Amino acid sequence: MARLHEYQGKKLLAEAGIKIPQYRVVRNVGETDEAIETVGLPAVIKAQAWTTGRASIGAIAFAGSPAEARAAVQKMLGLEIKGFPVTEVLVEEKLKITREFYLGIIIDDTNKCPRMIFSSVGGTGIEEIARAHPDKVAHALVDIRWGLRDFEARNAIRKTGVTGKLQVQLAGTAVKLYEAARKYEARSAEINPLVVVESGEIVAADCRFTVDDYAVFRHADLGIEIAREFGHPPTALDKIAYDVEKNDWRGTFYFIELARGYNKGEKYLGFHGAGGGGSMMSMDALTKRGYQIANFCDTSGNPPASKVYRAAKIILAQPNIDGYFGSGSGVASQEQFHSARGLVKAFREENISVPVVIRLGGNLEDLAIKILTEYTTDLPAPVEGYKKDDPADYCAERMQKLLAEYRPPAEKPKPRPKPMAAKPYSFKTITGKVTFDHDRCAKCESKICVEKCVPKILKLENGLPVLAITVEDAAKGKCTECLACEIECEQHGAAGGYVDLPIAGLDKYLGRT
Amino acid sequence: MDILRTRKLMSILIDQTKKVIVQGITGREGMARAKLMIEYGTTVVAGCTPGKGGETVLGVPVFDTLEEAVETIGQVDISTIFVPAPLVKDAAIEALSAGIKLLVIVPDRVPIYDVLEIAAVAKEMGAEFVGPNTLGLLSPGKAVLGMIGGSAASARNWFLPGNCGVTSRSGGITSSIAYYLSRAGVGLSSIVHVGGDAVVGLPHPEIIKKYEADPETKAVVMFGEIGGSQEETVADLIESGAVTKPIIAYIGGRGAKSGTRFSHAGAIIEGGRGTYEGKVERLKTAGAHVVENFGDIPAVTKKVLASLSGKM
Ligand code: SF4
Ligand code: SF4
Repeated sequence: MARLHEYQGKKLLAEAGIKIPQYRVVRNVGETDEAIETVGLPAVIKAQAWTTGRASIGAIAFAGSPAEARAAVQKMLGLEIKGFPVTEVLVEEKLKITREFYLGIIIDDTNKCPRMIFSSVGGTGIEEIARAHPDKVAHALVDIRWGLRDFEARNAIRKTGVTGKLQVQLAGTAVKLYEAARKYEARSAEINPLVVVESGEIVAADCRFTVDDYAVFRHADLGIEIAREFGHPPTALDKIAYDVEKNDWRGTFYFIELARGYNKGEKYLGFHGAGGGGSMMSMDALTKRGYQIANFCDTSGNPPASKVYRAAKIILAQPNIDGYFGSGSGVASQEQFHSARGLVKAFREENISVPVVIRLGGNLEDLAIKILTEYTTDLPAPVEGYKKDDPADYCAERMQKLLAEYRPPAEKPKPRPKPMAAKPYSFKTITGKVTFDHDRCAKCESKICVEKCVPKILKLENGLPVLAITVEDAAKGKCTECLACEIECEQHGAAGGYVDLPIAGLDKYLGRT
Repeated sequence: MDILRTRKLMSILIDQTKKVIVQGITGREGMARAKLMIEYGTTVVAGCTPGKGGETVLGVPVFDTLEEAVETIGQVDISTIFVPAPLVKDAAIEALSAGIKLLVIVPDRVPIYDVLEIAAVAKEMGAEFVGPNTLGLLSPGKAVLGMIGGSAASARNWFLPGNCGVTSRSGGITSSIAYYLSRAGVGLSSIVHVGGDAVVGLPHPEIIKKYEADPETKAVVMFGEIGGSQEETVADLIESGAVTKPIIAYIGGRGAKSGTRFSHAGAIIEGGRGTYEGKVERLKTAGAHVVENFGDIPAVTKKVLASLSGKM
């Protein structure tokens, strides 16, 4: 889910008319004094991090003086929560709370509608309270066409024993929260606690707001960088991967780093799945054997070879993985040789030196496995390919075997440099560039690129491969980036074909120039 | 007699007698999947793409609107939707307004509030939908909706007809379970990918109720996943006696890290539901055959089916 930080969520609440505490967001200690001037003393200092129970890990503090505030901000900006440094700290007025409630809007999958949840006791441990005292929790199912009506909210809140003016105030808040949730398409929007302060006003003391990933495109104003379900802020590699996905609508590509800071030999594997269910099962097969999953990656929905290539390059940018394991459901509807070519290009370019096991079961799997295994025999590490009749568990067993037997080269092999064409003939593709070195092509006997090009857009002119369509059409997608003119050419031609598929930011990330 | 015959041929949701329209037939996906459906035996009667009315795709007439399609060729039973995700809501409501009672919504990344709106209209119209984010469904030897199998030749090769129903929350796994069952000699009545999203039109419990009512189906294999409460609801159905046919269940995601839950509210309404252990426990207690190793599904299913015929 695209999760917002507390202060970002609170801004949406304020916009909907819900009262929030005076606040300032600070990003360095120097900004603290000014923040305190705005919000007054005593103040609450809260690290902005996606975690519950912040109080118990020192991510929430109270300050009675500017010095205390500075100290707290300083300490929090040095915190690492779930492995990620805190970069923003919320400085807030300290509320004089007389009572706490819980209020939330969530999507109810069973009833297929939004649902309001109210609890007359709020604060930490709300799940346990709900379990122990169901009478203190009330629900209202919302008709998506009308939205939450005031009387529906009152009827729900009434059931928890709240009466009178308070009932009316809370119901009003619930309607506003629903409107904010609906407007920004929240998967969930929660205020815990929702408090009554001494003046009698209702104030949102905290806020957890997650926007539906699939709706983020309609809310550019929220400035959500990555619309993905992350338990942590995106890593540099996550961002590189997301840019690839954002700029290429063909098929799905999902990448997330699950672990960092591990060393070689600690049994972390690069994982390349296809489809959620099959990936989960394949990861289960690995974890059962004591392996750790370094990253989750999914290329599915009939992605072009170029996308699978980029996914593999990003997986291989994790320097300390011990192996590369790829497996989806095993019986894919998509034509699997595209994925095979994408993988081969990445493995060859990187001179892969960790063992590889890939299950490419599905349509045209025989061809896929032939490409994957036969075109990688000269690489430092073994590459094995499996089909739909080989269970994920067996593939995991093979991985284990390979890792036990394999001795990696003492020094990590260097990646291959990009080829330089002596007599280049080039054209653009959707996300890259195809180049034929006509010097080499002149000496090539097979001219296999023309035959293997999947969309058949190449022809021979004076014995040299050229586009049979306009460069505009090729750039618009008629060249499907199937990679045949590089992969098949290298094996069966004179190595004149090369497809350049840049990945923005990756070379820099790897310290390559 | 004819009625009896049709009933006998009827499988859940789809067979070769149902008239199907393809929304988005002129697009890359729509065209490729229409080809699969037609070649496999589905009765595709029309396509619909705004602005492309009058064209013919794969021998099928294309209309600008569904209303026009239905006026011209008569009532259609099913619409399969292959339009970009942001346009799905309008396409689906257009189909429902044209009186179509079953939609198969293939695209993924459909915004969840759009799905809720579709669900509200469908309920009002007395209609149902599979998906979104579904590979579709297939009844071996009869018809396919969506993209299961990829090509008609593979679909024929991989999935054999018989008496076992399949329902799955994962697209790829739908095909792989169906393939492994077929290869082990267990034929299939229908296979359904309910869709990978949090809110889907016909989740496991609804599909299993249909299998319960289907005379061709003797047992059901269910691929569940962590999260949500579809599998627990199936357990409820078994316990209440609403489902009597044997259920063979596998739950994926045992190794997934906990803590993926994104809100307190989710925990409150699920009340302990949603976890791997919770789902397995509930299903076992209710009497489902829970399989721990994916590879054991065919053998266990065979045994369950054999014990049934033994009883009969
Ligand atoms: S196969 Fe390679 S070397 Fe031969 S013509 Fe094609 S691009 Fe040139
Ligand atoms: S030119 Fe042809 S073979 Fe080369 S990448 Fe493009 S589509 Fe593939």
